[in-house]
Amino acid sequence: MNTLRSMVFVTAIATLVAGIAAGQESPPPQPTPAATPTPTPAPPVNAGSAGGASQTSNYFNPSVSVIGNFLAVGGQNTLESLPSASLRESELGLQAVVDPYARADFFISFGEHDVSVEEGYLTFTSLPAGLLVRVGRMRIAFGKVNTMHLHLLPWPDEPLTVVNLLGGEEGWVGTGISAAKLLPLPGDVFSELTLQVLRGDAEGLFVAGKRSDLALNAHYRVFADLSDSTNLDLGLSYGLGPNGASPDAKTALGAVDATLRWKPLVRGNYRSAILRGEFFRSRRDQSDGTVSADGWFLSGEYQLAKRWWVGVRGEAAQHADDAAVKDTGEAATLTFWPSEFSQLRAELRQRRYGGPNSASASEYTANEVLLQLQFAIGAHGAHPF
Amino acid sequence: MKTIKTLAATLLLVGLAIPAQAKLRVVTSLQDLASIAEAVGGDRVEAFALARGYQDPHFVDAKPSFILKLSRADLLVVAGLELEIGYLPPLIDQSRNERIHPGSAGYLDASTGCDILQKPTQVVTRAMGDVHPYGNPHYWTDPENGRVIARAIAARLTELDPAGKAAFDSGLAAFEARLTAEEREWDAKMAPFAGARIVTFHESWPNFAKRFKLEIVGTVEPKPGIPPSPTHTLEIINLIAKEKVGVILVEPYFDRKTPDFIAEKTGCKVVTFYPSVGGIPELKDYFGVFGHNVEAFVKAMSGKGSQ
Repeated sequence: MNTLRSMVFVTAIATLVAGIAAGQESPPPQPTPAATPTPTPAPPVNAGSAGGASQTSNYFNPSVSVIGNFLAVGGQNTLESLPSASLRESELGLQAVVDPYARADFFISFGEHDVSVEEGYLTFTSLPAGLLVRVGRMRIAFGKVNTMHLHLLPWPDEPLTVVNLLGGEEGWVGTGISAAKLLPLPGDVFSELTLQVLRGDAEGLFVAGKRSDLALNAHYRVFADLSDSTNLDLGLSYGLGPNGASPDAKTALGAVDATLRWKPLVRGNYRSAILRGEFFRSRRDQSDGTVSADGWFLSGEYQLAKRWWVGVRGEAAQHADDAAVKDTGEAATLTFWPSEFSQLRAELRQRRYGGPNSASASEYTANEVLLQLQFAIGAHGAHPF
Repeated sequence: MKTIKTLAATLLLVGLAIPAQAKLRVVTSLQDLASIAEAVGGDRVEAFALARGYQDPHFVDAKPSFILKLSRADLLVVAGLELEIGYLPPLIDQSRNERIHPGSAGYLDASTGCDILQKPTQVVTRAMGDVHPYGNPHYWTDPENGRVIARAIAARLTELDPAGKAAFDSGLAAFEARLTAEEREWDAKMAPFAGARIVTFHESWPNFAKRFKLEIVGTVEPKPGIPPSPTHTLEIINLIAKEKVGVILVEPYFDRKTPDFIAEKTGCKVVTFYPSVGGIPELKDYFGVFGHNVEAFVKAMSGKGSQ
């Protein structure tokens, strides 16, 4: 069984390499007859005058961006003890095209004292059969919030679903290979299936006893424009990995995510709204049997003016290793964007933490205020969607 | 059995027929570029624009439905100059369509060869607001740039579909002839206002102003992308009085509150100026946009009489 899994992994990589080779040798057939063999590439747009001669030696350097995330917290919480003030994350992004077949993206996350590669992957953009393949370390396509970097979340904190059921605040980050394919549906409905084969451990979530223990994730996404101004994004995810409780113990994860966006195109700079929610289920094999734990969050954000947003969030999640412990919470946010490149956010949050035995006896309630300041310098990234 | 054979034969015929009649699928970022591509390509192309003419072209959502459009595209025409930087790069990467990657024959940057204004001559920083380091990306508001774009699109269509050369040549000739004729008319209508000083909401109109000899003396936004501030609004009110500005040009997707307030204080007029095809349903093609804007400008300025 283990050998089989290793073989699957190796075969996947071999197929990928073969795919790239095939892509290089025989590009997909052009729909038009007799395309000119060597089209002259357009010269770089007005590069010289803007960048200046001194820039030419840096021409192929990756685009660099740094996003700072400062967090100040007030109120009492003895269970999740966030510091009163912290530069919670400084994210360094390094992104460039590698060659005609691939691009690379690195996101290095600096805490105040430590550093980690949050993501670092190569994306093959020119594969045959409509495949998009990523290799490296990446945020796993399990639900939607888990794929988002901290600075893209509509809150300064992660919802309880991620904290309690996906291994902690960092969520599920994995190392391995990811392949995504478009599955055509009638109309202009976008549908994509992503399969990910990963190393068997993930911090706080999976523990691999041996090399052949792998983690898997499958994600199916459907996106449809309901009108010019409204669209719906739905996702189904299934993840599986070893949890280390015993040699064969596994954790199976399921998720449903939905995002409804409204943005009237003419007034889109001033008014828009997003409604999003996720439901997670975890089934964790343990010595005392399989623990089945659920969690959900529901969040709405509304844009009042060009630079102002308000939001509310409700959340609840059991603990993955002890479903008797259930945490719940509510939060309200107010966000101000001085410009596209900086953001000031306040969140009022109440979280009620369940006790191991009875809900009432050891329940602990924390009321907190979180103040977040985020700022970006460097290359202009794409707007989040 | 016979039915199956007939069916097979039909399917085969259909299968053979489709590639011969298939239109080149052109995806553009702006409706203006789609309009020009349609004018040049005629019925040999099928054009789709990602941004609607009535939305701010800087802030387009990177919707996955656009990935589908791009995955099937033969040609992608962009305005360039980083106008699309907020949404297009990730869409191209996810399109699984290497034919439209930058550097491929199916990727056309329409700004190449156009008259681009406001190229920074010093180091730019974001203290200047949302500046575009390669120059002002609203260059299609000069009809002569439209001519350059049409020629570039015709050349690229010919490269992708050599059999259509004659059609593209005649499509381009017809476009240029009409443009020349219309330009004469627009020039005549705008001539009396040569030298007029105007204020615009955003830095969208330097090419239009240059073409029709208008002088932009200020913008309602203190800096590109930064919403109006009380201090700056006061400065603009004083400026309008001092420079005898007749009109404020505002795109349909900006808030009219501040421009209307300024107009009320100064007596100048606020004119909705459409940067793109589709800004309102009447603006059906590239010519229609200029026709409408010129008409609106003349009407507003003439109403001013002695000013």
